[in-house]
Amino acid sequence: MTTESTAHVAHHFDTAEQQQKAATFGMWVFLITEIMMFGGLFTAYIVYRWMYPDAFAEASHHLDTQLGALNTAVLLASSLTMALAVRASQLGEKKQLIRRLLLTIALGSVFLGVKAYEYAHKFEEGLVPGAFFRFDGPHAHHAELFFSLYFGMTGLHAVHMIIGVGILGTLTWMAARNRFSPAYYTPVEIGGLYWHFVDLVWIYLFPLLYLLGRHG
Amino acid sequence: MEAADTREHYLNADYGVKSWLLTTDHKRIGLLYLISITLMFLLGSMFAVLIRLELLTPGGDLVQADTYNRLFTMHGIVMIFFFLVPSIPAVFGNFLVPIMIGARDLAFPRLNLLSWYVFMVGAAFTLWAVITGGVDTGWTFYTPYSTTASHSQVLWTAIGIFITGFSSILTGLNFIVTIHRMRAPGMTWMRLPLFIWAQYATSLIMVLGTPVLAITVFMLFLERVLGLGIFDPALGGDPILFQHLFWFYSHPAVYIMVLPSMGVVSEVITCFARKQIYGYKFVAISSLAIALLGFLVWGHHMFTSTQSVYTALVFSVLSFAVAIPSAVKVFNWTATLYKGAVTFEAPMLFAMGFIGLFTIGGLTGLFLASLGLDVHVHDTYFVVAHFHYIMVGGALMGYLGAVHFWWPKLFGRMYSEWAARVAAVLVFLGFNLTFFPQFVLGYLGMPRRYHVYPEEFQVLNVMSTLGASILGLGYMIPLVYLTWSLSRGPRAGANPWHAAGLEWTTPSPPPTENFETVPVVTEEPYSYPISEAEAV
Amino acid sequence: MSKFPLFPEAASTMAGQVDLLYTFLVSLSLVLSVGIAATLIMFAVRYRRRADGQVGDKVKSSTALELTWSLIPLGVSMFIFAWAAQIYVAMARPPDDAHEIFVVGKQWMWKLQHLEGRREINELHVPVGQPIKLTMTSEDVIHSFYVPAFRVKADVVPGRYNTLWFEATEVGSYHLFCAEYCGTEHSQMIGSVHVMEQADFQAWLSGGSSVAAMAATVEEDGAALFQSLGCATCHKDAPGAFGPSLVGIYGEEVRFADGTSQVVDDSYLRESILDPTTRLVAGYQPLMPTFRGQVDEEKLLRLVQYIKSLSEEGAVADAAGH
Repeated sequence: MTTESTAHVAHHFDTAEQQQKAATFGMWVFLITEIMMFGGLFTAYIVYRWMYPDAFAEASHHLDTQLGALNTAVLLASSLTMALAVRASQLGEKKQLIRRLLLTIALGSVFLGVKAYEYAHKFEEGLVPGAFFRFDGPHAHHAELFFSLYFGMTGLHAVHMIIGVGILGTLTWMAARNRFSPAYYTPVEIGGLYWHFVDLVWIYLFPLLYLLGRHG
Repeated sequence: MEAADTREHYLNADYGVKSWLLTTDHKRIGLLYLISITLMFLLGSMFAVLIRLELLTPGGDLVQADTYNRLFTMHGIVMIFFFLVPSIPAVFGNFLVPIMIGARDLAFPRLNLLSWYVFMVGAAFTLWAVITGGVDTGWTFYTPYSTTASHSQVLWTAIGIFITGFSSILTGLNFIVTIHRMRAPGMTWMRLPLFIWAQYATSLIMVLGTPVLAITVFMLFLERVLGLGIFDPALGGDPILFQHLFWFYSHPAVYIMVLPSMGVVSEVITCFARKQIYGYKFVAISSLAIALLGFLVWGHHMFTSTQSVYTALVFSVLSFAVAIPSAVKVFNWTATLYKGAVTFEAPMLFAMGFIGLFTIGGLTGLFLASLGLDVHVHDTYFVVAHFHYIMVGGALMGYLGAVHFWWPKLFGRMYSEWAARVAAVLVFLGFNLTFFPQFVLGYLGMPRRYHVYPEEFQVLNVMSTLGASILGLGYMIPLVYLTWSLSRGPRAGANPWHAAGLEWTTPSPPPTENFETVPVVTEEPYSYPISEAEAV
Repeated sequence: MSKFPLFPEAASTMAGQVDLLYTFLVSLSLVLSVGIAATLIMFAVRYRRRADGQVGDKVKSSTALELTWSLIPLGVSMFIFAWAAQIYVAMARPPDDAHEIFVVGKQWMWKLQHLEGRREINELHVPVGQPIKLTMTSEDVIHSFYVPAFRVKADVVPGRYNTLWFEATEVGSYHLFCAEYCGTEHSQMIGSVHVMEQADFQAWLSGGSSVAAMAATVEEDGAALFQSLGCATCHKDAPGAFGPSLVGIYGEEVRFADGTSQVVDDSYLRESILDPTTRLVAGYQPLMPTFRGQVDEEKLLRLVQYIKSLSEEGAVADAAGH
């Protein structure tokens, strides 16, 4: 190996392969901790959904299925562009890599924009839990629980999205400065893992929050 | 002798505050943790002193009820989240995991430094809560008391614990990846020192459990700020759900505290018996069994909490099952001494003390897993005694054993052996005198967290306080002779105990890169006699 | 009583069983811990190092031995599990003839209500030799009702009913503690349980003070509330009423609008008063308002008791006679 291709290997690793495997494995372990963290919220959601099925069904009618579906499509598309970006980094196609990363960032931003619009709308409707919560009908208390969990779960997801966009931005910057090569593209790969995970969470959130309990 | 000092090692490789605060050397980070958690231990001990003094008399003479409630809460929070959970993993795990497996550092050195900073930020929030009046919910934060009734600094404390949790997660992640990916040539899984197996099992719990604690504390925070009702029955929420989520982490957390100590005991026993551990595979695998079964028993904290009978039966039977791998360890340690060549240096005394106290802690765990009996002793001093036997008699004895065993490796200096033996004996006796009477108190029916109590309980409480003063002395002595040894202690060679294990093949203190050449492992662990070259 | 007791007073039918299990476990623990300690010390002394550089013999570990000391403890612990579980199940099932008393926990006092009308705070009078079932809830945070002499304890949780039963066997006064930390005066949330001879208890229940003699029974109080809150307007035992009839429903299965069903118990009645629409009875409109805020836990217990009384044989027969 030439010195140039091993420059990215930190002092405590023996080989580039060891470093790459460690980093990827580390990201997988991290994603498991993420599953456990979201798991706590999902558990709370499932318990209350089971306790108050009617209230939760009624409350979920206040969510906009079309915007939810749009966001699902946007995120799925971003997963595709991310996967293509990883491919480009493996092949050393710098321009493609940057373009696809930027596209992924754009899709992620669209998602966040739509989410912000939805939040703003909920705020106007008085569906944000707390002192200003307004909900007509007999299920008000339990609907508030639904919206607490809705904001908790989608909020935590949105925080992950924002962090994800930040990571992608950093990757783009690194790509532009020629940090990656077919011999070293680990950051793009583990960034991709993270991004796919965040998409996956939404794939569960969308049906649980928006679709479940709708009668036609 | 002084010529040895010119050798470059991790302590003198660089000087100045910056070289410590920006270090990515796992050994230096271990020392940063050592200083931090020692301070937290002293703080937690101060609370304990006040608690024991208050309980000398049945009336509330020394402090107000509100103050007392804050004292036991902060004692629990500081000791558990800021001392016991990080203790062995963050100090000795950090220092030893790479060295014991023949690596130059943990897989992610910068992440490791970050986890110390995260720990300090969490500690800062918690200390802020302490300074601005403290928190009075009990370390368990049961809702709805913590969300609607308490007038104390719940929010700052919750933030502190939330943040500190990430330190634990990052440490666990780092260890898992390091143990998987950074082992030296020849270091197969079945050649790993048992301390590494224990750290691995501990890390699994940290990684799987701590995120649930984080999200639970986060919900508690939101609930308190916004009054959402997630745990408030008046708004349709379920306060028992909080208990489920809390114990899903906090029961396994007990194993975060005690598993590393078990690893220490395996190292120390084999060294001072000069013998291969008896039943290596069973001791190694039992660590994993404890870690995994430990996740399935949380409901035994809730046998009186309106949980259904069937649920209680399941949690009870699983709780009995988790006792088995612990028993297996105790039997194997005992069998290890058989036909050994045993000496009784201070680390060995702590390890033997651990076995005795942990055995009592474990057996009294069976009392609490027994459904019909738990109803009577739940939330009494019986429980307090039991978990102190595990977390202080077990975890803290193991920690002190580790301190005494690896001190020469950390600093290249020996301490006063006779003083250390005195400390070990005082801690053992003081501990028993403090906590054994509490078993009796508990069975007699004294509830925990009582500021004032009926007069008939006084004799046992006085005994307990008396024991605590001996215990306190036992803790103070090491502070003196260990500090003294830093500058005055006789120099220790690479392997003062003639122990097996990679950490003893490198000089004390180790060089920054841990080894001069990457070691190659050819033997099972604890292969005595060790070769001449290692016996320096 | 000895000056240095190891057991609390034993004054219920459960106490003997719990003490027996405890004694067994203590003996087992003594045998095991002394055995382990003795072996450890014996090995350590017998095999102490006699010369520098001496090392231990190679001892091959035996899988058979490992399995023996795993499986025998497992067997023993399963035995303990079964024994303890059987006591727990007995604790969870009050006998049918148990006499009911209501308990409301509140920071920092116990409010106790006898069906016959007498109310107490932090003092509970019960007859000896009679199973007593406590139906308990809390007005604020979680408490726990604990009588060491009876070896029973149950958490008192806001928002739901929990029950606990005991049968006192010895006349006397015993500690009542709150065992779940509940705030500032947690350790003052204590009282006494006074176990009396049957005759003394009857006298206490019906007399003592003139106030007690005049007190209405829980059922009468509940009936009055039922009228004053206007419940009777809709819950009539007549066809076409806005609400379902409450006569004879207790202990029967009720079908809900969403297709599910449930047996009517205290908790369901309580929930229906506070959150009437959460489980709406099939065939009715969600017209009933919530009574949250209008009735506290003590009033709820009275209403529940009154509704229960509508399912006793006499009441059902009365209704049928109309």
